[in-house]
Amino acid sequence: MQAILNSPTLYAICGGIILFVAVVSLVFMIRAYRAGIQAGMDKSMLKRTITSSVTFSVLPSVGILLGVIALSGSLGTPWPWLRLSVIGALHYETQVAQAAAEQVGLRSLSAAEMSPEAFSTIALLMSVCMIWGMVLSFFFNKSYLKKLRKKNTEEKQSKPGFGDSAMAAMFVGLVSAYIGSYIGGFVSGEGLFTFKGDWTPILVAVVSALVMAVFTYFAEKKHKVWLESFSIAGSMLVGMLAAVLF
Amino acid sequence: MKNTEFFDKYNRNTHILGRIVSAVTLVLLIGAPFVIGGFIGAMPNLSAVAKGFISVGLVWTVSSVVEFLIYTPMLGSGGSYLAFITGNLINMKIPCAMNAKEIAGTKSGTTENEIVSTLSIASSSLTTIVILALGVLLLVPLQPVLQSPVLQPAFENVVPALFGAMAYKYFRKNIKLALVPLLVMSVLFVLVPALISQTSMMIIPSGALTIGLAFLLFKKNRSAEG
Repeated sequence: MQAILNSPTLYAICGGIILFVAVVSLVFMIRAYRAGIQAGMDKSMLKRTITSSVTFSVLPSVGILLGVIALSGSLGTPWPWLRLSVIGALHYETQVAQAAAEQVGLRSLSAAEMSPEAFSTIALLMSVCMIWGMVLSFFFNKSYLKKLRKKNTEEKQSKPGFGDSAMAAMFVGLVSAYIGSYIGGFVSGEGLFTFKGDWTPILVAVVSALVMAVFTYFAEKKHKVWLESFSIAGSMLVGMLAAVLF
Repeated sequence: MKNTEFFDKYNRNTHILGRIVSAVTLVLLIGAPFVIGGFIGAMPNLSAVAKGFISVGLVWTVSSVVEFLIYTPMLGSGGSYLAFITGNLINMKIPCAMNAKEIAGTKSGTTENEIVSTLSIASSSLTTIVILALGVLLLVPLQPVLQSPVLQPAFENVVPALFGAMAYKYFRKNIKLALVPLLVMSVLFVLVPALISQTSMMIIPSGALTIGLAFLLFKKNRSAEG
């Protein structure tokens, strides 16, 4: 079964879809870059946006690659490659695949139990579960953004709007939820207030934050602006290294 | 005026393009299991798919609605079409776009932000596609390295490393705002550790609380300004 799931035909089907999405990304990128130039935005700033986003994405992408490797044992390589290149989310994909496997009567997501019907069913369920962001985007992106823009314009006519602060606040809330979960995991992960849970995520987050502070110091006080593009990737790398060393 | 016209046209075309590519990607992703099924000799069992969707898919659907409502304004039109096609939002695209916005110094809802966000999401997506393609190509030599027990703790902690760095970046500018949600979420997760596996859903109350606090601060500053 694994030989079929890793056959050139499957690579061609999945690779073709990935190629399509790569072309789409490239088209969006070129359009945005040209529009930026037209708007009179600084070329070097546009290039820095690209550089910082590329360096930012390298390490998380290697993490995603591990997701592909983890799923490839049971589903072959091409399908997880497609799922995690397009639409998928590292933390959902494995869970959905596992749950889908149970639905088709497998005891677990394993190569030994995989059958052609189980595979195609799991593949379809994985797709159906994850498409909704795209469906909503298709139907409502335009009207939703139009509505928000109208509201913003009305607010701006009187005084500066709240929109930007709300976005920053949402992100602070998001980060707080994750950091809180690491603290909760350490304090009560192995039983309420036992302090026996995994403390590595806290250590990694703290080291990463400290290194980020150093990068920020050099970028802001010593005017090494170019460092900004690599600060997140550099901080993450040292943070992850701390997990290996301690 | 000329610029406004240009951007109206740019935005209109972004929506047209975004809708077309979303629809094509949808057809490709739903169609692929059937095409593969035809090749391996067994079509998907639709009743199992329906049952599976009811038991696991509905949760993701609710989560997708929330993600759509929260992240679309953050990313703008081009960025959000692309982000919902390429995925990995919380663990990569959103922080990536926020970081780019921070570096470029653009404000939400502006044309500049729309452009920076689209550039950022597109670059991020292409990076993932290239790394995954290289990884798959070099799977045999890479697998033992990436899966070596020594490196496992590093790769298990990609997300904490990411959020640690982002926490410094955002908390230092909003320290008053950050303390309350950080404290509330920590206490909540300590008292109800079962919620840890639901962290991606817990972003909603945490975000709502922080936005509420930000609004109070905003109103306070506004009235202070007179």
